[in-house]
Amino acid sequence: MTLTITKIAENLAAGRCSSRELVDDVLARIKTHAVLNAFITLDEEAARRHAEAADRARRAGGAGILAGVPIAHKDIFCTAGVKTTCASRMLADFVPPYDATVVRKMKAAGCIMVGKTNMDEFAMGSSNETSHFGPVRNPWDRDRVPGGSSGGSAAAVAGRLVPAATGTDTGGSIRQPAALCGITGLKPSYGRVSRYGLVAFASSLDQAGPMAQTAEDCAHLLAAMAGFDEHDATSLDVPVPDYAAQLGGDLKGLRIGVVAEHFADGVEPKVAEALREALREYERQGARLVDVSLPNSAHAVPCYYVLAPAEASSNLARYDGVRYGFRAPEYQDIEDMYKKTRSQGFGPEVKRRIMVGTYALSAGYYDAYYVKALRLRRLIADDFARAFERCDILAGPVSPSTAFPLGAKNTDPVSMYLNDIFTIPINLAGLPALSLPAGFAGGLPVGLQLVGRYLDEARLLNAAHRFQQATDWHTRVPAGF
Amino acid sequence: MRRINVAIGLTALDAKDIEKVAHLARLGLSGPEREAYAQELSRILDLVSQMNAVATDGVEPMTHPDAAGLRLRSDAVADEIDRERLLAVAPQTRDGLYLVPRVIE
Repeated sequence: MTLTITKIAENLAAGRCSSRELVDDVLARIKTHAVLNAFITLDEEAARRHAEAADRARRAGGAGILAGVPIAHKDIFCTAGVKTTCASRMLADFVPPYDATVVRKMKAAGCIMVGKTNMDEFAMGSSNETSHFGPVRNPWDRDRVPGGSSGGSAAAVAGRLVPAATGTDTGGSIRQPAALCGITGLKPSYGRVSRYGLVAFASSLDQAGPMAQTAEDCAHLLAAMAGFDEHDATSLDVPVPDYAAQLGGDLKGLRIGVVAEHFADGVEPKVAEALREALREYERQGARLVDVSLPNSAHAVPCYYVLAPAEASSNLARYDGVRYGFRAPEYQDIEDMYKKTRSQGFGPEVKRRIMVGTYALSAGYYDAYYVKALRLRRLIADDFARAFERCDILAGPVSPSTAFPLGAKNTDPVSMYLNDIFTIPINLAGLPALSLPAGFAGGLPVGLQLVGRYLDEARLLNAAHRFQQATDWHTRVPAGF
Repeated sequence: MRRINVAIGLTALDAKDIEKVAHLARLGLSGPEREAYAQELSRILDLVSQMNAVATDGVEPMTHPDAAGLRLRSDAVADEIDRERLLAVAPQTRDGLYLVPRVIE
């Protein structure tokens, strides 16, 4: 299963394989590589049944490119009748009564869901170590993290267990694991993809997107996921372009904005060197590098660690042991029930963020923290608007380092938070961005981040696609897979 | 990232502060947990305090990406998920209602 969706679709169309065979192969590979811990739940029986139905439908004609293609969903997307845990004890036995819009749309496009991938608990983490179900291992080095929070999806695609998976990105949770695992992952513009049925973390920042081997595959997946949804109050009512049809245009004259400081302090020299070489490839293709500045992004991490916890503390207030999810087995009265339920149901990082958010929103601190962060958020977004007057896309690092060892940062929350310095500003501004494989440093993948103007996903995907036409980093497979 | 030390008029949190915040968030914590969270949250607030290096007077707060807007739906009854299916995922129900410990004597 080292094939891309594009290749799989060709094979299915030519009758060289069946969807049922693909699903059997995928399930076997997931089990062979169970040590990665990339999956929380498999839905084998339904996947086989749906694959057979897809094969029958194909014979009747009219199958789209995603028809019969096995995929995985991050375990943050509600799946009707299939456990959706969000990697938390709080939802360990939760079986949603409905599908998330993304799940419903991908089903309608013919994708076959084989299972739900592991992640940081409630998507709070950058290493996948906060999962109630244990950490995911990086296929490139099993003693290292895959990144987070969509670490299971990234490891599953990197290990070629599935051709594609969904992820969500609140501060980098698609792009950082994509970079650390050597795959392509896109965070769309805020509002591009419906958040309905996505377990909420920070609602003004959360956005779902595709994770796959190539930008071309991401283009097909995004087209299936995106679009207006009346169930999401921030969903954009704008047409969805045919992203795949827009791939292929050359990059002559493309102005690529580069922030000089992002290649210096704090970025591992070998990572910076790989990224500089990637920029040279863009120059060879006719793109022009333009110096830009994002001065307020230096304060994006502090800003984010007010806003995301504030929104999380509000969103996670719903876990009270009354309507769904875990309830503590023993309690005295209703307040004791709330407290015991929440203390036993949430892990340490989730509690930490709930308390930071509660503090920031509490009387006497609201203006100093929450409103201050909202004002700073606008300055950060304004910097991007100014930069895009001088360039068409931005290019830079996803993460300051390659995949770090398991356990290296999980005892120090602040050092873990600072790891997301390059991805967080984009969520605050609501812009689209992707990570694509751009080389290796010390045998570990390096990701290049491309950032676009609002709703300019097509240009980003094309820039990534053209890079992948000229390089083979995205085709590299970890040893043993 | 460059660290900027700016006095922000906030003192480090102690276990008592944590107890108060934890109560607001309806989290029950043990004594040692309160001590550990006091240290961690103080460090996080120290990080957060770096915001004060940026002057933001007169800047309009940004609650969500501007282009996204916030839409209101029509105030019409929608009956998409039925009561039984919602109650089926609750920890305890009786006679079609959620069951909780007595709150009114």
